[in-house]
Amino acid sequence: MTTGTFQPAEGGQAFTLDGRAVPFAAGQTIIQAALAAGAYIPHLCHHPEFKPHGSCKLCTVKVNGRQTAACTMQAQAGMDVESDTPELNDERRALVQMLFVEGNHFCPSCEKSGDCRLQATAYDLGMMSPHYDHFYPSRPLDASHPDVLLDFNRCILCSLCVRASREVDGKSVFGLSGRGIGAHLIVNSRSGRLADSDFSAADKAASVCPVGVILPKRRGFAVPIGERTYDAAPISERDVRGVS
Amino acid sequence: MSDPVKKKLRVATTSLAGCFGCHMSFLDIDERLFALLEAVEFDRSPLTDIKTVGAAGMCDIGIVEGGLCNAENVHVLREFRKHCRVLVAIGACAVNGGLPAQRNHLELGAMLEEIYHAGHGVARGTIPNDPELPLPLDKVHPLHEVVQIDVFIPGCPPSADAIWAVLTDLLAGRAPALGHGLLHYD
Repeated sequence: MTTGTFQPAEGGQAFTLDGRAVPFAAGQTIIQAALAAGAYIPHLCHHPEFKPHGSCKLCTVKVNGRQTAACTMQAQAGMDVESDTPELNDERRALVQMLFVEGNHFCPSCEKSGDCRLQATAYDLGMMSPHYDHFYPSRPLDASHPDVLLDFNRCILCSLCVRASREVDGKSVFGLSGRGIGAHLIVNSRSGRLADSDFSAADKAASVCPVGVILPKRRGFAVPIGERTYDAAPISERDVRGVS
Repeated sequence: MSDPVKKKLRVATTSLAGCFGCHMSFLDIDERLFALLEAVEFDRSPLTDIKTVGAAGMCDIGIVEGGLCNAENVHVLREFRKHCRVLVAIGACAVNGGLPAQRNHLELGAMLEEIYHAGHGVARGTIPNDPELPLPLDKVHPLHEVVQIDVFIPGCPPSADAIWAVLTDLLAGRAPALGHGLLHYD
């Protein structure tokens, strides 16, 4: 398969995405095939290196008229997939707004600003305000680890750190606990503190957070605001260049 | 026959629980201020020092910086809503509470106690209770949680170019839109 083309490979299978043919290999999900073909579908909990989680619902598309998550639905020949429509983008914007008001997302004082996938996705969806009433939850930091700070205020429960620690690092340092609005990120140690877990700054889980929860200490604003990942190009362009 | 004189739009601005940084960024439109002044006149604003909004007639555009941290902020915001056809929330604090809202997980009484009475380096301090002082709110709120907001300009502060883009859209009667590079939350 050639990146950046919408033409099906010779004799290959394809589905249509917003009216254009997208080729896929057997077993690929809709979002995997779309991104490989240069078509962006907004997403937060999807990551090309990990099994799908299907929780953020940003990648919701309409397949033959019915809504489903593009990260969990396997591509099938002849599917008619709608993604970049005003209706779906309005719903995606509402989901992102809910994520913003459920946590404490103060971009001006966040080290991740400009590199944050939640922020970049909100920019791309044209989110001008959080719209809903803010929850302003109280979520204390965990600064116990010598190399890494945890700021739970920004957690969007994407579970990427959970998956990375379990599947790549083989440590299961992180977990999601509670249900519904009580769901939150926890650290697997007797004290609940990161310093008392076997977490290391070299872990995959240390670098996979799409927002500003898992932050390396003593780095801060080494790259100035204005010269960061999504300052150069919007997330919808970066993601289809094979950069996540 | 000479062209009819175009009526200038009336614009009011204020800063509530903000730092006036958005007003400073507004002044950063620099020489574009001359073009703006061809099209607008200012009502209540730190630029005119007029103290009440809408006294000389309904305003076309009200621009509010800062969130709501005390009772006076709420009063002024409601006055702006009452006297402005289009109300604009400018900056991170107006949009989501911003820096002042980072006190929201703390208990107000305990905060006042620590800052004015028991805190490090405070000698014989008392919590201010002059009746002229507006009462602080239990939590800091963004503007849209209290009144209808028509237009948002996020940013801390929004750049002069972003402010200019919104103002020119509004003056031309278009729905304002900020694309990549102008839409920032930081």
